[in-house]
Amino acid sequence: MDSLNLLMDGFGSILTPQNLLFAAIGVLLGTFVGVLPGIGPAMAVALLLPVTYGLDPIPAFIMFAGIYYGGMYGGSTTAILLNTPGESASVMTALEGNLMAKVGRASQALATAAIGSFIAGTIGTMLVVFFAPALASVAVELGAPSYFALMVLAMVSVTSVLGGSPLRGFIALFLGLTIGLVGLDLNTGQTRLSFDQPLLAGRIDIVVVAVAIFALGEAFWVAAHLRRSPVRVIPVGQPWLSGTDLKRSWGPWLRGTAFGFPFGALPAGGAEIPTFLSYVTEKKLAVRRGNDEFGRGAIEGVAGPEAANNASAAGTFVPLLALGLPVTATSAVMLAALQGYGIEPGPSLMTDQPDLVWALLASLLLGNLLLLVLNLPLAPVWAKLLRIPRPQLYAGILFFATLGAYATNLQAFDLFLLLVLGLLGLMMRRFAIPVLPLILGVILGPLMELKLREAMAISGGEVSALWSEPLAVVIYVIVALAIIAPLVLRTVRPAPAAVAVDEGIAVDRSDEEEKVR
Amino acid sequence: MSTSLETPDAPASAEHTPPDRDLAQLGLAALLVVIGAYTFYEATTLRIGFGDPVGPRVFPYVIGAITVLLGLLLVLATFRGDVPQAEGGEDIDLRQPADWVTVLKLVGVLLFTVLTISFVGWALSGAVLFVGSAWALGSRTLVRDVIVGLVLSVSSWYFFHEVLGVILPAGILDGVL
Repeated sequence: MDSLNLLMDGFGSILTPQNLLFAAIGVLLGTFVGVLPGIGPAMAVALLLPVTYGLDPIPAFIMFAGIYYGGMYGGSTTAILLNTPGESASVMTALEGNLMAKVGRASQALATAAIGSFIAGTIGTMLVVFFAPALASVAVELGAPSYFALMVLAMVSVTSVLGGSPLRGFIALFLGLTIGLVGLDLNTGQTRLSFDQPLLAGRIDIVVVAVAIFALGEAFWVAAHLRRSPVRVIPVGQPWLSGTDLKRSWGPWLRGTAFGFPFGALPAGGAEIPTFLSYVTEKKLAVRRGNDEFGRGAIEGVAGPEAANNASAAGTFVPLLALGLPVTATSAVMLAALQGYGIEPGPSLMTDQPDLVWALLASLLLGNLLLLVLNLPLAPVWAKLLRIPRPQLYAGILFFATLGAYATNLQAFDLFLLLVLGLLGLMMRRFAIPVLPLILGVILGPLMELKLREAMAISGGEVSALWSEPLAVVIYVIVALAIIAPLVLRTVRPAPAAVAVDEGIAVDRSDEEEKVR
Repeated sequence: MSTSLETPDAPASAEHTPPDRDLAQLGLAALLVVIGAYTFYEATTLRIGFGDPVGPRVFPYVIGAITVLLGLLLVLATFRGDVPQAEGGEDIDLRQPADWVTVLKLVGVLLFTVLTISFVGWALSGAVLFVGSAWALGSRTLVRDVIVGLVLSVSSWYFFHEVLGVILPAGILDGVL
């Protein structure tokens, strides 16, 4: 129960009226940005990160935790009301959620999403409280070879297991790795890919990359294909759940949490697989109960995936805090944020700066609670945001993207980079190149090089050092399986294009994914 | 890298009927080959330090070589009929041919912001950015956009200044704000 006491100390250090105000501002801003169509949580966090830069670490965490949960919830609101999932993790929520909204049950869908997110987020964060210190104490023993292997695993799993085309995934990954090369090589003091530009000698800020690829890329892509007809937004009343809805929701909430957390905590991450598994499980259970509303707006189909999504997001804090390894776009941005606050995630974090870690975890719990308190009553207001005319909406996104990228360093050159990378983002959308592997490449590439050089410097250049640790060997076997299994499955059966709406395909895919594991 | 990205690839000919081949993909493939080759070439110019068996060259060598390889694989895939499944969305209408003129207008507005922000200041530059982008995207409510843009940029200037302690440039409005 040591962890619990430390968590209580964490709460002690954050609970002041001023901090509560920052948390509330964070939740509101996060939801505001997250609700905007086409903006997922990762983009919301990246856009709003500069807002927290001027603050002390603890108020910054608290505001940031609010932004994080607000962004996630805003994303599900858009998914439900507009059928526009801001990122792949809310694709499953959009399926039944939008159907519920269309039959007039938008309030219930939003309520089950909000409460489910709260429950999953709370359970997930509590699990982080217990797991992260344990993992960190194990991780202290891990050497550079195992880290290197873990990063290979994170990259390969994001690139090849998820998404339709491995070729496109790897193109994104290597573009990201190339961007990660730009700047000073710390060992030799030389610049790489900097074209003698002093401003490129420091690394390209991950916030600039994320905002450019997500926000500008999206705005450009929408500009090229803007739908010229007015949007229809489903009106929302006060979110509430009747007794029956509540009875139907709690099972999916807990099962979704159980699916989500392990997937988030393993560095093979992403919320796509657990949300999908949760969806399929709830559907199977509904069929077995003889009460199958799936395809007509089943509340279980919102409650389960939403909980899985949030539990997995909480789970990603385990590798992030204990190993310093981000496995999703959101956690990649988060790593940049933590470094900005002077926290260096990794095994020694728990022993070096325990007070900050516990304050961060307490902030996450607080942000989650505030989200529920503020957003249930405010849901109708957020829904109105979706009616902003599209030219002004995307102009606003460009405005905030520019503000965010500029406020980080106050360099006009960053805006130029923003523009160039935004065009790269446009090109990626045009050619259906996924975004997530690129972001991971940018952030993991330099870390990977560091660990490789560390391992080689210790072994004196002996390459076999890379598989000198048992864990590293195990991970490489998993990596090999992760690469080979989809290839084999693909030759047996063509991969489904996007989301399997059709139930037959949905069940098939779950089988495939179980084989992949 | 920047120059080749300034011009988005040739307008896709027929978005409404999925083409058998997407030859514009060859442009992306060429870009990958160029980026990869340059990364590889630049690595050869780096000096190797002492006591560092890996050195600064290995990563760019590997990344550059694989990027070239991916470009070549993409050429192969294109000729074998690999067509990208473009991402849809509620605000995106893929049945229309792509409207690159709007994109170019937006790029122009952003370039203007990049060039002017340092001396005009955020409060005006940001407002111009908002109004210009909204106009490029088809808004014709100029007066309303100007008011919204000014409110957004001036209030964000004050928010960063007062609440967050980040001093955005005031530019020509120095002393007024």
